Amino acid sequence: MKFLEKIVHKQEPKFAKGGKFEKWNPVFESFMTLAFTPHHTTKKGSHIRDGVDLKRTMVTVIFAMVPALLFGIYNAGHWDYAVEMGDRDIAFWADQGTKIWRGLMIVLPMIIVSYGVGLTIEFIFALRRGHALHEGFLVSGMLIPLVMPADVPLWMVGVATAFAVIIGKEIFGGTGMNILNIALTARAFLFFAYPTSMSGDKVWMSGLEETGGIDGFSGATALGDAASFMTDKMTVAGTEVTSDIAISTFENNYSLMDSMIGMIPGSIGETSFIAIMIGAAILLFTGVGSLRIMASFFLGGWLMGVVLNAVGGNPYFDLGAEYHLMIGGFAFGAVFMATDPVTAAQTNVGKLIYGFLGGVVAILIRVLNPAYPEGVMLAILFMNVMAPIIDHYVVQANVKRRMKRLKTA
Amino acid sequence: MSKTVKLRKGLDIRLLGAANKVKTDVPMPKVVSIKPTDFHGLIPKMLVKEGEAVTAGQPIFQDKYEEVIKYVSPVNGTLKAIVRGAKRRIMEVQIDVSESQDFAGGTAIDVPGMSGDQVKETMLSAGLWPFVKQRPIDVVADPNQTPKAIFVSAFDSAPLAPDFDFVLHGKEKEFQAGMDALAKLTEGKVHLTLNGKAPADATFTGAQGVQINKISGKHPAGNVGTQIHHIDPINKGEFVWTVNAQDVAIIGRYFLSGKFIPKRTIALTGSEVKDPNYMDVIIGTNIADIVKDRFTSDNVRIISGNVLTGTKIEADGYLGYYDNQITVIPEGNQLKFVLTKGWLGPGFDKFSNSRLFPTFLTGSKKFRLDTNLNGEERAFVVTGELEKVFPFDILPMQLIKAAITDDIDNMEALGIYEVAPEDFALCEYVCTTKINIQDKIRTGLDLIQEECM
Repeated sequence: MKFLEKIVHKQEPKFAKGGKFEKWNPVFESFMTLAFTPHHTTKKGSHIRDGVDLKRTMVTVIFAMVPALLFGIYNAGHWDYAVEMGDRDIAFWADQGTKIWRGLMIVLPMIIVSYGVGLTIEFIFALRRGHALHEGFLVSGMLIPLVMPADVPLWMVGVATAFAVIIGKEIFGGTGMNILNIALTARAFLFFAYPTSMSGDKVWMSGLEETGGIDGFSGATALGDAASFMTDKMTVAGTEVTSDIAISTFENNYSLMDSMIGMIPGSIGETSFIAIMIGAAILLFTGVGSLRIMASFFLGGWLMGVVLNAVGGNPYFDLGAEYHLMIGGFAFGAVFMATDPVTAAQTNVGKLIYGFLGGVVAILIRVLNPAYPEGVMLAILFMNVMAPIIDHYVVQANVKRRMKRLKTA
Repeated sequence: MSKTVKLRKGLDIRLLGAANKVKTDVPMPKVVSIKPTDFHGLIPKMLVKEGEAVTAGQPIFQDKYEEVIKYVSPVNGTLKAIVRGAKRRIMEVQIDVSESQDFAGGTAIDVPGMSGDQVKETMLSAGLWPFVKQRPIDVVADPNQTPKAIFVSAFDSAPLAPDFDFVLHGKEKEFQAGMDALAKLTEGKVHLTLNGKAPADATFTGAQGVQINKISGKHPAGNVGTQIHHIDPINKGEFVWTVNAQDVAIIGRYFLSGKFIPKRTIALTGSEVKDPNYMDVIIGTNIADIVKDRFTSDNVRIISGNVLTGTKIEADGYLGYYDNQITVIPEGNQLKFVLTKGWLGPGFDKFSNSRLFPTFLTGSKKFRLDTNLNGEERAFVVTGELEKVFPFDILPMQLIKAAITDDIDNMEALGIYEVAPEDFALCEYVCTTKINIQDKIRTGLDLIQEECM
């Protein structure tokens, strides 16, 4: 690597202050620091520093998303293939080669568009502000494709990414300053701006929207079907059902095992509970993700499910609480979205409250408001907004403890 | 009534180069230097001109605004130079050491018969006062205040710190005399806090007239700030004074003999030092002779003090006023390729409080860490990491943010009066986003001193 090092040493003065390309220093530095940890040394305070930096932290999150991404590619390919064959019950593990290829053709362009658009905007802001690229978008750029339905047009991914990066992050000051989770901002933007492309039962399988599929073929997701239980017309996988058999038909179509492995339609990264849990294990083991948030989020969701079971009286209320954790984006949101340290609560106690309420609200929206089958996205965005208030009360408790000491002394 | 405290939070950074418990003799330095920059916020007023002769214990400058606080020469000699920095600020007062270091015969001073004010006056005029520091603000104590307690820590838990049990072994008398003098300065207690993990030397366990506490845990258990917080926390309007254990012995020596002999045992430590060990030196000594031919590599950083809170000095620089050790570590001013030594590398050479590097598996392995930042400065992103190494009932990140934003109300509410920059040294070490936290806290403290004290 000596030769790369030589290039850096040779080029560095040109980009330094007073150099020929001074204006382009942020770009140079962004690439240079990607290849090398820079030769910056400590000036003030502690003379040695922990080995960890933001790049390593962020790349760990990306590694943690890889299982969900790989499974998502296969899953997208599978349903694309199923649409073409016109058979919803086609064997999941057959024809792997074709499915992987088709999956790649669906997911890769989305990743490229997301990173391409996002990084371009980030570079423009970095140049304007005169600092190197900050690492936050490395994670957001991967999260955005993973929360999209398979059939979403690429231009929408681009528009949503641009909206999320500019309005969601850069106007607040960049990485570390945003209030709302970037990837969820992108999804929420599409959800409200182009609802037909983001919900309903046509969008989850690639190719379904153009061809319309074959008669009797449904692209419904478990979540969409469950949401229909709250309406007059209950359906499971395209077939109308009555309330007495709704749950059993649902469980036949989406067995708990299938949902856990992820053999059901849905957004690209969200379907496999197991793949997400591998990611969760990486995040928790390395300490990058907060156990407090993840655990309390799952607990909150599960308890809310149990409460709804106890109320009962309607098939969606009666759906097992454990199902809620498996289907839709619940697990993905809990592991990768709610734990975003910038937008989550920042105090240790606050994280518990934040996660728990997030889980509760997610299931509440999901079940009680069939217009928003995916409650997790809205719940996390809502809790992002609430996080500073939660922290405020936790901080005040600490302050009061100190005031009390003053009085007794 | 003594207290026992157990800490669960903290971090021991395992560095190579701890000092062997062997003392070597070093000759008297040719030059010593007192650096006004060692006393935060001090504006010195010179009392001696360049070229004039000084004797040990003779005031060379005083605090411009608190004239009773004198700073004295540690040796007999001639004032060599007053080194000034930007805006003619006095950076160093260098003194040529004369060959004769015979101290004019002083007489013992009878502490028990003195009043608190008499002890204070003696210490002020003898130049012993700068050894006494105060919390809040962490500066030389304001002699007009009365502290509610005085704290002395009997051990230093910082990386590679000298072992006080070794350096003060056999100095019971001097230490006791110092503690007796300090006890006169407060109406409250004098706290001596021992390491709960290891048996302490008789110098400490035998101390009379003090409250002996025990604290156990990782660094910063030995920091006096941690001990104050857990034993007798400071509220707004209260003062606590602190003295370094070795300086207690210097104070004691003065009261026993009437002579100002500011000798200390320091440790020369660090991964780049051949046979790290201990030696007796005078305060402000020139280190050129000490470190000569002792380095194992060329590109090194020499730190007066420990790696977390010390000051960078040159190879011909001078030991800081309060420092008990010199640490030498490699400079990290090289590019580190991403896949081998950089951010995506395996990281077997990186010590981290997180589990992002495999080194958490290597239980007791010691590391040769350099001064590389290991990253670039960013806005705060990661939460919860500072709390793991900050054993205070204080929210570190919120307090740091209040300090950064000059928010006096919030700083007060969140506990700025209890902390000193050194308490945040570990936070600064672990910070993923490489923020200079100690500096931010110091700025916050300066603002508090200006506006609220």
